[in-house]
Amino acid sequence: MVKVDGSGGDSSLIQVRDLDKKYRRGGEEIHVLQGLNLDVSQGEFVAFMGPSGSGKTTLLNLLGGLDVPTRGSITVAGDEITHMSASKLTDWRARHVGFIFQMYNLIPVLTAYQNVELPLLLTKLSKSERRAHVEAALSIVGLADRMDHFPRQLSGGQEQRVTIARAVVSDPTFLLCDEPTGDLDRKSADEVMTLIEELVARHHKTVLMVTHDPLVASRAQTILHLEKGVLVEGGKSPQVVTAGGAS
Amino acid sequence: MRFTRIIWANLLRKKVRLLLTIGSFAIALLLFSFLGVVRGAFLLNSDIASASRLIVINRTSIINLIPLSHADKIRRIPGVATVTHYNWFGGIYQEEKNVFPQFVIDPENQRQVYPELVVPEDQWQAFLKDRQGAISGAKTAERFHWKIGDRIPIKTSLYGGGSWEFNLVGIYHGKRPQDDETQFWFQWDNFEERIPQPIKGQIGWIILRVNNPDDAPRIAKAIDDEFANSPNETKTETESTWVANWVKQFGNIQFLIVTIGSVVFFTLLLVTGNTMAISVRERTSELAVFKAIGYSDLFILFFVLAESLAIALIGGVCGMLLAKLIIPAMAKNLINLLPNLRLTTATLVYGLITAILVGILSGLLPGLSAMRLRVVNALRRV
Amino acid sequence: MASDFYSLQITWFKVVVFLFGLTILIVLLAPVLGSVPVSYNFRSIRARWTSTIVAILGIAGTVGVFVAMLSLARGFRATLVASGSPGNALVMRAGSSSEMMGGITLDSIRVIQDKPGIARDATGAPLLTQDVVGVIPVPLRTTGTDANVQVRGVSPNVLQVRTFVKIAQGRMFNAGLTELVVGRNASKSYAGLDLGRVINFAGGRWTVVGIFDAGGSSFDSEIWCDSKILNQVLQRPPNIFQSATVRLTSPSDFQTFKDAVVSDPQLNVDVSREVDYYAKQSTTMTTLITVLGGIVATIMAFGAIFGALNTMYSAVAERGREIATMRALGFSSWNVTLSFLFEALMISLLGGVIGCLAVLRLNGVTTNTMNFQTFSNVAFAFKISVDLLSWGIFFALVMGILGGLLPAIRAAVSPIAVTLREL
Repeated sequence: MVKVDGSGGDSSLIQVRDLDKKYRRGGEEIHVLQGLNLDVSQGEFVAFMGPSGSGKTTLLNLLGGLDVPTRGSITVAGDEITHMSASKLTDWRARHVGFIFQMYNLIPVLTAYQNVELPLLLTKLSKSERRAHVEAALSIVGLADRMDHFPRQLSGGQEQRVTIARAVVSDPTFLLCDEPTGDLDRKSADEVMTLIEELVARHHKTVLMVTHDPLVASRAQTILHLEKGVLVEGGKSPQVVTAGGAS
Repeated sequence: MRFTRIIWANLLRKKVRLLLTIGSFAIALLLFSFLGVVRGAFLLNSDIASASRLIVINRTSIINLIPLSHADKIRRIPGVATVTHYNWFGGIYQEEKNVFPQFVIDPENQRQVYPELVVPEDQWQAFLKDRQGAISGAKTAERFHWKIGDRIPIKTSLYGGGSWEFNLVGIYHGKRPQDDETQFWFQWDNFEERIPQPIKGQIGWIILRVNNPDDAPRIAKAIDDEFANSPNETKTETESTWVANWVKQFGNIQFLIVTIGSVVFFTLLLVTGNTMAISVRERTSELAVFKAIGYSDLFILFFVLAESLAIALIGGVCGMLLAKLIIPAMAKNLINLLPNLRLTTATLVYGLITAILVGILSGLLPGLSAMRLRVVNALRRV
Repeated sequence: MASDFYSLQITWFKVVVFLFGLTILIVLLAPVLGSVPVSYNFRSIRARWTSTIVAILGIAGTVGVFVAMLSLARGFRATLVASGSPGNALVMRAGSSSEMMGGITLDSIRVIQDKPGIARDATGAPLLTQDVVGVIPVPLRTTGTDANVQVRGVSPNVLQVRTFVKIAQGRMFNAGLTELVVGRNASKSYAGLDLGRVINFAGGRWTVVGIFDAGGSSFDSEIWCDSKILNQVLQRPPNIFQSATVRLTSPSDFQTFKDAVVSDPQLNVDVSREVDYYAKQSTTMTTLITVLGGIVATIMAFGAIFGALNTMYSAVAERGREIATMRALGFSSWNVTLSFLFEALMISLLGGVIGCLAVLRLNGVTTNTMNFQTFSNVAFAFKISVDLLSWGIFFALVMGILGGLLPAIRAAVSPIAVTLREL
């Protein structure tokens, strides 16, 4: 269940109430999010769309604990993250969030295996336990045979799949994707989206995704538009999809 | 350590740069070691001097002699254990540039006063028996390839002139690494016999051993009082003081060395700091990803410091190896100019500590800026 | 052995210097010879100013130490070489390596003073000074501990023999009295040697009646007095002196004088020009300072080259795309290499100039040390000359070439397509 009017109740995994975000740019104060509400249940796949500068990435950053709102609250799996200290937020991120950015995801000097292992190094797992998790994650994305390759030896689509493996390896509460297919060609983009759909369908992951590409957005179960600082439901009707396409 | 692979992978990112930075550390350490060695040579590794030994010279001038009878008078002062005397000979062996200290010694009391300069018993007995016998320190013997049994001719224009010939019957070694092994000794009786009448019966300086080092000031004063207002007034000091004052005459070598050392230290800091800063700047987005994943700010600082420290350690150790290789060879070539160049472990350790300090400091600023990096800014799309 | 090693390298050194000089000249002509605009280099340097400053400082530090140490050695040598006049000859006992060890009797001196070639004063008396040389302990102003200061007993007419010595303050001592004249540097470096002061040594009270200026020579670090009195007071055998110095009728008469003295069977002495004698007295310390300074500067140079290499490699790496574009546009490899070398040279030139300027303030600064050979304390000054500074700059440029060569070549030969694609 996905709601944007603040009426979600306590059963939602992610609960956002009255979110405000202002920041300064070049002397001007920009009020990008204005009293935004959101409820997302476990297992949902939501796409956020909106024109450039509408605050989609800002929203994602706030949800992921990478930024702090001016006002309002964000609760994930019962934890209220808006007033957490920086170090607690870091710990929280490690345990609850999997990030997939448009680019710069992988560390070029580490192999695919080592990249996927990165989140696990923060845990108390032993080397063999970590190995088990990494191999499992790489199998899910279909790149188990490439685990000793360096990012420069992988194609763009393969790099993103390794990123996805890293995002899921520590079994986070939800995944945040910011233009995951932004730099990829049609075919690789398709591979990546299929994978994400699988993660939702078969592994019951909760995915929140920002994209400007309507074809990519259409792979999600729910499309929300960011307009005038709040979220508006868009459904899957072709009209709305086309109207919200330019970004 | 589970993070070593990441740190190592980052270091190897740009191999040429890594090698050059390690090289800079190695060179700096080599320089620090060299400076330390030169300092040691000029300070005469002052730890050879003892507080239980006193040196007595002529108050008027160090080159003036004192009568042998002074030694007997000093023996009678309470608290004095043993008294011996030295004359400086200063002759020429083969060529003028072959400089080494030649002394006329008093065999009877030498070993009690300088127990740390050791001669094998059979060689010492041979020395006592042979009036023309001589004993050389191991370093000088090695320098001129002398063997026991060699006949050593030394020319002088003083003491009646001529060529003095000695039989090398012994070689002495110092007990500790810092002891002077360059001296050449021969007998007082030999000397006294050969020199012209007018200058007989005079010694260059007296060295005595006291029973208790705390007594040294009292005894020094007693000696100088004894000969005050006589034609040959004395000046008595502990050996440590004497050596320290001697060294001060070489001008502010200490200051010069510290200045050069500081210039090098700061330059190294600057160069390495800059390299680390460039390296961190190149990786802003990667560091942002680390933070996004959940690595704490402190962790990022740790990463950067670990890298700079690793470079410093590797470079430092390479530098130490270089120093161990090059400096002894240098010392051999410089023996005519500066005989006491010796690489001590202390010098190497100080150098390494300095390198580590630079490693930490050079990584600090870049590390702090990396720590404060905001993920949202670093990953902002173009 | 150290000096053999040293001289062996001289010929090779000249060849290497020539080659470097040629290379530097070609590179400095880059604005004329090359087609890459020089403004590109200057703007790039400005854009990466932190790295550039680091390289500059590295080179400046090295050049500074290099010039400082060599000027120390030069200063020491200059002091001793300036000691003495080519118009004077020094006579010492045969086989003595220094005055301190010499001994000439009064009788010998009487024989010597009749030899041809010696200048005479208005009354016809020979211009000859018979010197008694010793060292006495006087406290250093800087540390308060004693230094062995050279005290020279001279003949009353010494100022006519050593004509480069002038009384700057006060007056000359009177013969037969315990009066002293003190060299300029001695008065500055040692405590209690001011005009009018009285010092005690050798059981006597001596008054400082004058301060003399010996033109920056080692005599400036000495104390002079009447030789007969000094001899008595130091309890030396009477009528024996350490050396005799004569003023020649003209510098070219040296050989005449020397031949006459050496061939006389009554005399057993060595004769040398006063300047040559003192120059020789400086060899050990000069060599020591030069060699030690050379070693330090060499090691630092390696460090500076590494620093320069680092900077230049970073420069090449950061400007990879620009370089590839330039080459794609048609600038040849040779031009690109020249351009980078020029940049490296500009950086090292600046570093060299800064290094030289920084140590320039040392020029004339006095310090003192003990001369091993004469066993006495000598004050001397850092002596920075134009040619030394030129060597410093040259040294900086050499480091620039060495630091810029490999990166410049790298810029010129890495495959264009690869570089463009990477970005």
